[in-house]
Amino acid sequence: MSLYILCLILFAIGLYCLIVKKNLIKKIVGLGITEYAVNLFFILLGYTKGGEAPILSKDTPITNFVDPLPQALILTSIVIGLGVTALMVAITVRIYEKYRTFDINEIRRLKG
Amino acid sequence: MIELHVILILMIIGAVVAMELEDMLSSVIALGAVGIGLTLEFLLLRAPDLAITQLVVEILSLIILIRATVGVSLPRERIATRIGYFVFALVFAALFLFFSYKALAQLPVFGFPIMKMGSLYIKEALAKTGAANIVAAVILDFRGYDTLGEATILFTSVIGVLAVLRIKGRKT
Amino acid sequence: MKEDNSGMSLIVKRITKITVSLIFLFGVYIVLHGHLTPGGGFAGGVIIALSFIHLVLAFGKEVALKKMSQATVSIIESLGGLMFWGLALLGLIFGSYFFLNILPKGRPFDLFSSGIIIFCNIAIFLKVGAGLFAIFLALAFIRLPPEEKKGENR
Repeated sequence: MSLYILCLILFAIGLYCLIVKKNLIKKIVGLGITEYAVNLFFILLGYTKGGEAPILSKDTPITNFVDPLPQALILTSIVIGLGVTALMVAITVRIYEKYRTFDINEIRRLKG
Repeated sequence: MIELHVILILMIIGAVVAMELEDMLSSVIALGAVGIGLTLEFLLLRAPDLAITQLVVEILSLIILIRATVGVSLPRERIATRIGYFVFALVFAALFLFFSYKALAQLPVFGFPIMKMGSLYIKEALAKTGAANIVAAVILDFRGYDTLGEATILFTSVIGVLAVLRIKGRKT
Repeated sequence: MKEDNSGMSLIVKRITKITVSLIFLFGVYIVLHGHLTPGGGFAGGVIIALSFIHLVLAFGKEVALKKMSQATVSIIESLGGLMFWGLALLGLIFGSYFFLNILPKGRPFDLFSSGIIIFCNIAIFLKVGAGLFAIFLALAFIRLPPEEKKGENR
């Protein structure tokens, strides 16, 4: 249970970073932290005590496996996270090229 | 299970460091350290597929993020935040933690999951698909639609990046 | 033989020539054994993309792009997507429903077992590897204009 709470604290740190920081790079960092916390929480939910990795073996039959379903979901989620990060970095690079700053207050003021 | 706690606490420290450092390059590298900690957690939680994928994805995302931070003219941009945002974020995070703590009582205890679908997949994976790696059997056979959607999302993201960053056809 | 000046120093280039092929081989191994050992199309695709990125970082853009241009990358990525979709449609055409595993399963724990899973892994590998390499190329090609153009309205 304490692992769940630590994982939720990690999520809250990412959320705080996403709200408070006005730097676009810091916002990307915050979104990355939240994504890590969510991925870890799913895998924690699927862990079986004393379980083995869900890979069948030819010689020794194993019965006590970890839940494979969260692992399959998170495997796609990690690659999606990379795509999202790349898209955000591309947009950030374009914004920097146009306005020469990462501060979103400054960008809002420069718009008109 | 003490090692899981230690690595998770180190990840929290890394996240705070990544959030509070002023130098953007150092901040991005601290985020990479958090990702490596996540790789170790996956390995300890018996998810080797995820550990390999997270490790290589972490390297690539670090390269991409460093590309965004290197070469900017203000590497240490100090941006003042308003006090209202600060209070709002603290209250929001505290409320989130409180309600999730309440909700934790409904979750299964750590180490004893509800494997309703998981036990079915484990029982029938070898007979129905012939794959020894159950995770591969789930993502490519039982739940192929998920992977199709994931491929679509990745394609959209690549198209988005190429459209945002294209050089030809831009009026200079 | 005259060494060109683009990219990093001579030491990095010599070592890259040795290591890139090993990284590439490891990626292919990860993909082809995706249904037997940990790994699969996602991890293998990212590893292959990293091997090409290694080449770009060490030798500079021009030398690396002779081996793999941006148009080639786009074609390979689309090919991977089409291949995955076609494999899914195969089940609808010859069987009863989408994503049906119609190919013979083979003996368990063999390299060529498990029906369409190994081909799906190869398709995802093409798609992920080429897509991520295209993202990297797009990010590496962009040049920020010099600072004094700030006031210019573009």
